[in-house]
Amino acid sequence: MNFEPTQDQRMLADSLDRYLAEQYPIEARHAAAASATGYSTAVWQGLAGLGAIGALLPEAVGGLGGDPFDVAVVFESLGKGLVIEPFLGALVVSRAVAAAGSAAQQALLTGLLDGSTVAALAHDEAGGHYELAHVALQARRTGDGYVLDGHKGVVLHGEHAGLLLVSARSAGAVDDEAGISLFLVPGDAPGLVRQGYGRVDGGRAAELHFQQVAVPASALLGTEGQGLPVLEQAVGWGVLALCAESLGAMEVTKQHTLDYLRTRKQFGVPIGSFQALQHRMADVLLEIEQARSAVINAAAAMGADRATRERALSAAKYSIGRIGTRVAEESIQLHGGIGMTWELPMAHYAKRLVMIDHQLGDEDHHLARYMALAA
Amino acid sequence: MDLNFTPEEEAFRTEVQHFLREQLPERLSAQVRDGLRLSRADMAEWHAILNARGWLANHWPREHGGPGWSAVQKFIFELECALAHAPRTVPFGVGMLGPVLIKYGSAEQQRHWLPRILSGEDWWCQGYSEPGAGSDLAGVKTTAVLQGDHYVVNGQKTWTTLGQHANMIFCLVRTNREAKKQEGISFLLIDMNSPGVEVRPIITLDGEHEVNEVFFTDVKVPAENLVGEQDKGWTCAKYLLTYERTNIAGVGFSMAGLEKLKLAAARVMHKGQPLLRDPLFAARLARVEIDLENMKTTNLRVIAAVAGGGAPGAESSMLKIRGTEIRQELLSLMRRAMGPYALPFVEAALHAGYDGPAIGPAEARAAAAQYFNYRKLSIFGGSNEIQKNIIAKMILGL
Repeated sequence: MNFEPTQDQRMLADSLDRYLAEQYPIEARHAAAASATGYSTAVWQGLAGLGAIGALLPEAVGGLGGDPFDVAVVFESLGKGLVIEPFLGALVVSRAVAAAGSAAQQALLTGLLDGSTVAALAHDEAGGHYELAHVALQARRTGDGYVLDGHKGVVLHGEHAGLLLVSARSAGAVDDEAGISLFLVPGDAPGLVRQGYGRVDGGRAAELHFQQVAVPASALLGTEGQGLPVLEQAVGWGVLALCAESLGAMEVTKQHTLDYLRTRKQFGVPIGSFQALQHRMADVLLEIEQARSAVINAAAAMGADRATRERALSAAKYSIGRIGTRVAEESIQLHGGIGMTWELPMAHYAKRLVMIDHQLGDEDHHLARYMALAA
Repeated sequence: MDLNFTPEEEAFRTEVQHFLREQLPERLSAQVRDGLRLSRADMAEWHAILNARGWLANHWPREHGGPGWSAVQKFIFELECALAHAPRTVPFGVGMLGPVLIKYGSAEQQRHWLPRILSGEDWWCQGYSEPGAGSDLAGVKTTAVLQGDHYVVNGQKTWTTLGQHANMIFCLVRTNREAKKQEGISFLLIDMNSPGVEVRPIITLDGEHEVNEVFFTDVKVPAENLVGEQDKGWTCAKYLLTYERTNIAGVGFSMAGLEKLKLAAARVMHKGQPLLRDPLFAARLARVEIDLENMKTTNLRVIAAVAGGGAPGAESSMLKIRGTEIRQELLSLMRRAMGPYALPFVEAALHAGYDGPAIGPAEARAAAAQYFNYRKLSIFGGSNEIQKNIIAKMILGL
């Protein structure tokens, strides 16, 4: 039993934390979030240079680690820094390519790993509400390839991504587990209309309209109609990453709130001397420790059989969704009026904590999934 | 990161499981599993079995008869005992007084009292709380006045768990009224058979006689029964309250409780299917199951930190709060699972050997009584609110 990170993991976390503290103050983050692309290319490449993408993949495919705890360490640091750069897409897409890609597709990993290719997962659709098997976007076979037709919603960085991992239905009904195919589609494919917009927690996302988008047969990732297991595994890595990101954001939120409780005075004393607030803060601390344990449990289960792994992931995402939201709401409340202001960095962490619950399945979705996996 | 026990620890776990299979009487584990009440003889029997194996005082140092286990081994032992439905060891002698004597007692006191704790010759109870000193423990008013070679003790203790079985009580008594609150308190060992000691039962809301009031009227206590220095008893008291709390979360009890709950909920029918499949009930159960999985890892993280040289300090307050919340939630779900059959209360059915008619599901007879009894978990040992005060002060620095 050992709960300490390895020396390599510690060094990586330290270098990411240091870089972000120096290069990514909240003003820089705001500027990046408000820019046309919704992130900073310089910071993206700077972090990639420190190994933040490489650590997400195993050495066999050109990465530097790829252990579940490596992924957790990177994303915890990204969470602490409130990073909006496209790491989640990089992880999910490259994991899917590494797991199921042809030799030609594996070659895409070079660009993904060095940060020159920005990738996005285009899976969610209106009406899907986090269900992985809900895929309506049609993939129709043509002579030498496929034609994609349909809609993908809230694709993070979808507007500027160079590479899209698209789930499509090649057979069966909308919610069938079989008949889902995955495609690697260039972001500038003819017929693809991208409608970008800002996100409430900073950065950008997009609605993608596939209007008779023709792709060659070589765009198919894995086997036609059997994309769901590949998608599930790749999304599993994304769930682990979001959980770790949330943990990092929780730690910072807690620290900011504690600082405020110690310094803000009312009735002539620091408000942290009031028992009502102390007990709320003690609950926050306790919940964050439980959240950390949930992330550890999920990371430890990544190599296990499917049911064990997916149950641990759903347990973690449920825990993180519930606790992240609670930490956010408590922190705003404990700050009082100032917690409502754009000016306060904590407020942006709080928004991110709540919005993580809206990515890759919320608290209720994962609780139901945990129960279904147990049955 | 590695969540697995070492091969040596796994071998130890196997050894404990083997011991429990061989040595834990089926009669006792059935009583514990079914939530029945244990007699003094039941508790003494298990105490003696553990002592014969050398595992009773498992957190005492080797030179005083402990097995020399690591924090992880102790965790594994507690876990396996709970999963096997072993009776809980009565903690007052072995778990509480023993460590205090080993740390603060004289060589003579250690030589005299420690073997008697192990052999079961003495049954200890705890004289801490008073009517006016609960969470505010330093408010004790029971007095001890030194007169020649003995103290004269007057006052009242309360919530004295299993005091009706005890022949000895360790007490916090006030020896100096002038000193500041914590500074005039002493730690005194009192023979319950002394003239002037009276024990009166307190019946708890579940109808059980588990706790007592103990009254002291001009009780003469030999001066050599003082542990540590006079007026410095608060040091012993605090040590006792923070000692060995790495298992305070009761993860093993909760795991055993969860297993029992799932079995019960699989048998109870609702709308033609097991209650276990009812979406609302299943969601409540899944929530607490996930919380428990997280708690288990949190507990192991604290233990790993202790093994790495850290001391289990205020972290044990976190374990206590969430651990007891989980245990209480599981008992609450068991009560819910019984539906209307949580209502019948046949006191006699809570004792071993009851051969009257069964009313409702087998688990029903103890479900509500246990639920009510275990409301104590969040109150005793420093209420959960006191634990939050400790966290705020010691961890959060507020």
